[in-house]
Amino acid sequence: MKNITAERFTNGKPNLRRFHQARWDEPVIFELGQPGQRGILVPEVEEGIKSQVGDALAGIPDGLRRKDPPKLPEMAQPAVLRHYDHLSQENLGVDFNIDVGQGTCTMKYSPKVNDQLARMPEMTELHPLQDESTVQGILEIMYRFEQILKEISGLERFTLQPGAGSVAIYTNASIMRAYHEARGEAKQRDEMITTIFSHPSDAACAKVAGYKVITLYPDPEGYPDLEALKAAVSERTAGLLITNPEDTGIFNPKIAEFTRIIHAAGGLCSYDQANANGMLGITRAREAGFDLCHFNLHKTFSTPHGCGGPAVGATGVTQELARFLPVPIVDFDGQKYFLNYDPADSIGKIRPFYGVAPVVLKAYAWVMALGAAGLREVAEVAVLNNNYLMKKVLAIHGVAAPYAAGKRRVEQVRYSWQTLFEETGVHSEALGIRAADFGVHYWTSHHPYVVPEPCTLEPTESYSKEELDEYAAILEHVAGEAYSDPNLVRSAPHNSTVHTIDHHPFDDPQQWAITWRAYLRKTGQER
Amino acid sequence: MTQKKIVYPYIPNSAPEVKAQMLRDVDASSVEAFYADVPAALRIQGQMDLPEPFLSEYALRRHVEGLLRKNTTTQQYLNFLGAGCYQHHVPAICDEINQRGEFLTAYAGEPYDDHGRFQSLFEYCSMMGELLEMDVVNVPNYDGFQATATSLRMACRITGRNRVLLAAILGRDKLSRVRDYLKPEIEIASVEHDPKTGGMNLKHLETLLKTESAAVYFENPSYLGSLETHGTEITDLAHKHGALAIVSVDPISLGVLAPPVRYGADIVCGDIQPLGMHMQFGGGQAGFIASQDDEKIVMQYPSRLFGISPTRVPGEYGFGDVAYDRTSFAKREEGNEWVGTAAALWGITAGVYLALMGPQGMKEIGEGILYRSRYAMQEIGKIKGVRSDVFSAPHFKEFVVNFDGTGRKVAELNAALLRKGIFGGKDLSREFPWLGESALVCVTEIHTQEDIDRLVSSLKEVLS
Repeated sequence: MKNITAERFTNGKPNLRRFHQARWDEPVIFELGQPGQRGILVPEVEEGIKSQVGDALAGIPDGLRRKDPPKLPEMAQPAVLRHYDHLSQENLGVDFNIDVGQGTCTMKYSPKVNDQLARMPEMTELHPLQDESTVQGILEIMYRFEQILKEISGLERFTLQPGAGSVAIYTNASIMRAYHEARGEAKQRDEMITTIFSHPSDAACAKVAGYKVITLYPDPEGYPDLEALKAAVSERTAGLLITNPEDTGIFNPKIAEFTRIIHAAGGLCSYDQANANGMLGITRAREAGFDLCHFNLHKTFSTPHGCGGPAVGATGVTQELARFLPVPIVDFDGQKYFLNYDPADSIGKIRPFYGVAPVVLKAYAWVMALGAAGLREVAEVAVLNNNYLMKKVLAIHGVAAPYAAGKRRVEQVRYSWQTLFEETGVHSEALGIRAADFGVHYWTSHHPYVVPEPCTLEPTESYSKEELDEYAAILEHVAGEAYSDPNLVRSAPHNSTVHTIDHHPFDDPQQWAITWRAYLRKTGQER
Repeated sequence: MTQKKIVYPYIPNSAPEVKAQMLRDVDASSVEAFYADVPAALRIQGQMDLPEPFLSEYALRRHVEGLLRKNTTTQQYLNFLGAGCYQHHVPAICDEINQRGEFLTAYAGEPYDDHGRFQSLFEYCSMMGELLEMDVVNVPNYDGFQATATSLRMACRITGRNRVLLAAILGRDKLSRVRDYLKPEIEIASVEHDPKTGGMNLKHLETLLKTESAAVYFENPSYLGSLETHGTEITDLAHKHGALAIVSVDPISLGVLAPPVRYGADIVCGDIQPLGMHMQFGGGQAGFIASQDDEKIVMQYPSRLFGISPTRVPGEYGFGDVAYDRTSFAKREEGNEWVGTAAALWGITAGVYLALMGPQGMKEIGEGILYRSRYAMQEIGKIKGVRSDVFSAPHFKEFVVNFDGTGRKVAELNAALLRKGIFGGKDLSREFPWLGESALVCVTEIHTQEDIDRLVSSLKEVLS
């Protein structure tokens, strides 16, 4: 037999994968099934109940009764399973790819053991209003996890209620508002400061909380501009919502000066640590002078992203601000864990009940598998991986890492393909779509594109050196194609589930179709 | 803490030789090189003070299982708690799909690499659209509280007004969330309820509407389980005064109850936890918002909206973001509220649930819940001194049980039920003092006649 293995290498390097994503050409679910088919049967009502109750709908007025059955699919169980299995195969989870391409998202490995633990009935089959004596286990996990976050951040109390990072930012803005109200300064302090390389939600959530938003742009070196901050603060300043390192992967060395200036003006400082992956065990919110912070458990703390939630934005504050936290918080009286509704000046509820408990459980298990040394290892390897990948990527013609020239980055890098665009006319977005043909993700940046033709990569700690090499090789190959065969890149994807999508209907109210029924109506199809 | 070098299974490059090689590759003598921008004064000295880890998977599992086993589940005890989180049967296929790594571990890819996520969420929205008879449904937001709060803010943006009218019977936690979220610029007024039926006091509503208002909001069923039977009158009044009608529903009721659009709702919202999500101590919540396909309304959604579109290959379905420029992703603080990670996996799961149930399943489950909750109301109402007819309106799934005639406190009764392996209804005495010693009892399709009879006989024993 011939040496097949040798044919998988060229000049000693592995060839790129001849990837092809699943393409089931799957119908929309309404096209499947047949009238009368059933996917599941529901428990029958016993005769004893029926005979006593008589007419279940008695007393319900005509106008409140459903007349026409909902036009849901009618499918047998295996058909439902196969349909969703097909769709799942047309989706690229972390479990299947070198997911360094979704920068700012911290696409790390979510340990399977944690998922299994969270599926135990002792987690899934708990009602949140059960007597506290019957939920001591989950309350203990929430309490223990709070202690862990206190040590990681240096702050003194946490709520696990916010359902993801953005609502954690909102929670922090709301706590700031309550703090200023308590001091009689709420009306006067109506401005919130953030930076353009902080997440869009730092601006958007502050606005919802009633603040005028002031956005700082970077100085020529890419650091948040200290002079701009000094010019922005005043007696109207309520606070600062800031990421560090920012989405560029650059750590702001003057961060303590930023918080000092805000404090001197009477404001509060909130640290957006949605992505703290490079900082675990290195530096904390407390030492940099922050009053509030939040962590995304679905990012730094490994819980699976679930296509966009469920998630947790764990929100921490100093002792001084603890009285404003959402209720309840979990406490321990030496004998039992309990839900404490005490915080007198609480902003109230942020979410029903106490937060997404199974996500807290998974994050807790992740920390307990690693310990302090392990968390430090997470940060160090994530940062090493990032700098390793940066060196590989910057060797590709047409790309640069704007700002802080020659300096290292922390956990991610915002690259720019401006040179490649100028030389080929191929946009960064097109490179990303072509990269999908090789089975990886690729993300540009939030809007606006301050860095032109952006691309944000975040390798986390979860990928091996060989995998980083493979990702860099894909980028190098795609960038090379932009020069040698730009139409091949522009017409991508070729090996993906579907081909170039017509985007016009999405912004045309006459054409957009957000549900199947709207699509049928707008395309003149009978039901 | 042990100083032994550990190679972590979750961290491929923690193998010392690999790490050293990579450091050489980037010309760094140590990882310290990457932290040069972090001032010494901000550095953590030494190691964080965290609990000793359980390094082996076995030890970790044993530790966490040990903690979880301190819980008592609703499989072990008979549960009658609801109040926003509901025990329904979760079909096996729902768990099968949402445990698949392709969905569970994906995030925010493009419509090409993550086609499956776009299609399955489009289908979820489409099936909700059929249930609600509405053409627009959002990709899930956090929970029903958020759905209500955002619907109210949407109504204010649509009408250009800044006052909303809320039905008086509303869970206090939800009201707290709404209050915080509408602060500081939106005023909230409460519409009195009719103490006999539990429905809205239409006269009071009319009075309140004389002041310019953006929305009239009510729930069907209400937080206390009673149905609002004057939906059309309420929405007519709202419309007459230029306000929008917003109705929050329990989606599992809609196989038997009319979708709110039939009685005039402009925006419908709620929580999809009943549609295939385990209770998870309150972790299964996810919110929906729906409306008709009116550009004025659509452009005020903050959430992602997924649409269907052709591709360059005939007969191929593509998907993508509709009117993306509405969102904070595109416009930061100039977008509508904000958008971000919320509860997408529960949306996919609810889609699986609706596909399995179909029209017949939704009808049967709705009827089954009506039958069982009515039976429970009747049987509990027969107990001496106990009332289950606090409101005369028909109920769905939940109802108030008042114990004032027994002279006993709900807390005490629930403690006694607990000793018999029963989680009694939610104690309402602090949340709604005007209801006296009352509990909110929840009955669903999972309860058998025997279960309900056991609750009744246990209550009798406890009261005797």
